[in-house]
Amino acid sequence: MKLIFEKSVPGRRCAILPACDVPKAELPAELKREVAPLLPEMSEVDVSRHYTELNQHVHGVNCGFYPLGSCTMKYNPRVDEEMASLPGFTSVHPLAPKTAVAGCEEVIETARKYLCEITGMADMTFQPAAGAHGEFTGVLLIKQYHDSRNDKNRTKIIVPDSAHGTNPATAAMCGYQVVNIPSAPDGCVDLEALKSVLGPDTAGLMLTNPNTVGIFDENILEITRLVHEAGGLCYYDGANLNAVMGVVRPGDMGFDCVHLNLHKTFATPHGGGGPGAGAVGCKAFLAPFLPHSALMEEPGHIQVRGFRGNFLVVVRALAYLLTLGREGVPEAAKNAVLNANYLMQRIKGTFTPAFDRICMHEFVLDLSEFKKATGVSALDVAKSLIDYGMHPPTMYFPLIVHEALMLEPTETESKETLDWAAEVFRALYELGYKDPAFMHAAPHNAQIGRPDEVKAARNPIVRYTKA
Amino acid sequence: MTPSFGAIVKYIPAKEEFLTAYTPYQAEMSQGVLQSIFEYQTEICELTGMDVSNASVYDGATAAAEACAMARDRKRRVTLISGAAHPDVINTVRTYCYGTNDEVKVIPVKDGKTDMEALKAMLTAEVSAVYVQQPNFYGLFEDAEAMAAPVHEAGALYILGVNPIALGIMKTPRDMGADIAVGEGQPLGLPLGYGGPYLGFMATTTKHMRKLPGRIVGETTDDKGNRAYVLSLQAREQHIRREKAGSNICSNEALCALTAGVYLAAMGPEGLKEVAEGTMAKAHYLCRELLQLPGVKLRYEGPFFHEFLLDMPKADEILAALDEKNILGGLPYEGGVLWCATEKVSKATLDEVVAIVKGVLA
Ligand SMILES: Cc1ncc(COP(=O)(O)O)c(C=O)c1O
Repeated sequence: MKLIFEKSVPGRRCAILPACDVPKAELPAELKREVAPLLPEMSEVDVSRHYTELNQHVHGVNCGFYPLGSCTMKYNPRVDEEMASLPGFTSVHPLAPKTAVAGCEEVIETARKYLCEITGMADMTFQPAAGAHGEFTGVLLIKQYHDSRNDKNRTKIIVPDSAHGTNPATAAMCGYQVVNIPSAPDGCVDLEALKSVLGPDTAGLMLTNPNTVGIFDENILEITRLVHEAGGLCYYDGANLNAVMGVVRPGDMGFDCVHLNLHKTFATPHGGGGPGAGAVGCKAFLAPFLPHSALMEEPGHIQVRGFRGNFLVVVRALAYLLTLGREGVPEAAKNAVLNANYLMQRIKGTFTPAFDRICMHEFVLDLSEFKKATGVSALDVAKSLIDYGMHPPTMYFPLIVHEALMLEPTETESKETLDWAAEVFRALYELGYKDPAFMHAAPHNAQIGRPDEVKAARNPIVRYTKA
Repeated sequence: MTPSFGAIVKYIPAKEEFLTAYTPYQAEMSQGVLQSIFEYQTEICELTGMDVSNASVYDGATAAAEACAMARDRKRRVTLISGAAHPDVINTVRTYCYGTNDEVKVIPVKDGKTDMEALKAMLTAEVSAVYVQQPNFYGLFEDAEAMAAPVHEAGALYILGVNPIALGIMKTPRDMGADIAVGEGQPLGLPLGYGGPYLGFMATTTKHMRKLPGRIVGETTDDKGNRAYVLSLQAREQHIRREKAGSNICSNEALCALTAGVYLAAMGPEGLKEVAEGTMAKAHYLCRELLQLPGVKLRYEGPFFHEFLLDMPKADEILAALDEKNILGGLPYEGGVLWCATEKVSKATLDEVVAIVKGVLA
């Protein structure tokens, strides 16, 4: 595909802005731009065709199965998009006077009420713009809490080795030392390991439950009790809430604060990388530490971005909640779990689940035995799936499983799709024994062959430069 | 923005593949997203004069906070931020520094601009970065270029927060001596949406490339030697470096970056210049007309872009009267009213505003 800059023709224009109907204002000479930016010069139809060509080289949930574990790639009802595009929402200035924003505020209040109910929390902020941003906000709640008690010795955050990379990175951004604890053989928190690191220096624990191998930690009440006993607080990474929403609440599990990935669980499509929203809920004793905007609310609070946050994502979440309702929310969660277990059972017998037990919304395959036998890696299998039009599962995560492929089918996939996916996995399993070389070279019918990532990192070309 | 013009910026990002894809981890089925980001990165580099841009962060305030974090090292733990920066930016930078136990000092404001003498006095060996907004929160152009030398002499990095529309006509942050350029990308075709989703852009020089947070798309070749795009330089990121990563960012604002890319393509260099000039012209017209009215005064003199702070009697009444007519007037701020106009508003509407204000003041 040509770059847009390679299609550009000097002097061509797209839109004709209306002539300026007031006198021109001059920029002082020393502030003037010296060279015009190299932006595309194109007609509107050519812009449209360029992006259409790009769009044809994207695999979305609308193209086919997308079992990317931990990312909850469900089909999001388009009615939610419709609600978020209502001009009454899209055209509101964040600093408009209170009288002009009552509708927007009602969206936020209503979403807050429902999501607090779902999480078992007392209050919630929608300022964080993504999951990792929510983690940052949540761990800052913990930090402010300890600071408010003048408890300066709590310098450590405990993170299991199965955690998502954002968890330890967040703890470090909040000034904490990260204590990694090994997981038990069943993928859950090793209680002895936890006990051995808990102490007067424990600020808190960050935990994902169901965890990143798709298992609900049966010791969850004991875990949160132990952390509290040591004077620490418990942070719930809600990236996997899709498995349990409306069924069990993080607040009841003993967590003090939680972030939700509204873009995973609550119906905002992922947009090729974002935007999302990382709503953060907390128990009442942490509510005074929630962030505010310097311009919109009373100052003196932490603030993690401008204004109120990704409001239009909250609109989608509310629309989704209202359409699913009290029965629909837990039904979606249960179907997500059912679909994952069904697919795992269908694949079992070929590739090996890392943990052979009932899973929640996702499961991890361990391909190390398969690799030993055939030389075919998890990466080779993932790349081979592309030729079938299936997006590969999450690869090599969590780090505690070798040759990991993590599958999250979600509740919106039909039995037919799951059966088909299982057949594809079976076919690849057999192909691994017959023709490993073919799989090492996969994909064969994709947009590109395997890219040279080492070259990209060694000799970075990160922008177009005119020849 | 004419209605037909806005339409393409709305329709393209609504295409379902763009809308429903995840982060392009699998390059073989994501070339479209990857290329769109590569093109966006190029456009941001072109606007700012920088060598490398990331694929976006959450918004302008977080872009500023991340830039300050980039500049920090073990010995330099003090961030200076101009008091004439956007209050949300100052507050967000403060919050990120609270996280890492670093110090923030606000540079005093003099006559609506960053106080250069105060800045010089604050430039100690512990200062890692200086953040200045251009044009600043009062709308005024700072003497941003003059600040670069003292900042660099003190061994700190110079971060400029800029309005991307102004960059259609304004000297680039690179030419003003900045090491890192950041800003709020909302004006690049994104709806106001009561505050978000917006777009934080970040660009820097090759020297600091490996400290830039977030996704970066790079060009390479595939196994047949064809041009291909991938998520690159991932050794910087949380999924590899975990607690040693410079930032925890994972999801970003990709669809907003795509929207900005479409906006800039639809606009072109000439169009962007016209928007910038139109914006500036409309604001200056409104300012001039309002200053004709009794008791209305400009708080700070000096060249400005599209915002200006007026002291005016009966400010509350004026804003209420405008509200009656469905016009969102200026922002009450520090006892005055901070006004703004852009290319989208017609002379007729501005005249209506002036007439309403005149009516209240009569
Ligand atoms: C378990 C877990 N935590 C946190 C995150 C970070 O979320 P976000 O990408 O929205 O920042 C993710 C996303 O992949 C995740 O899977």
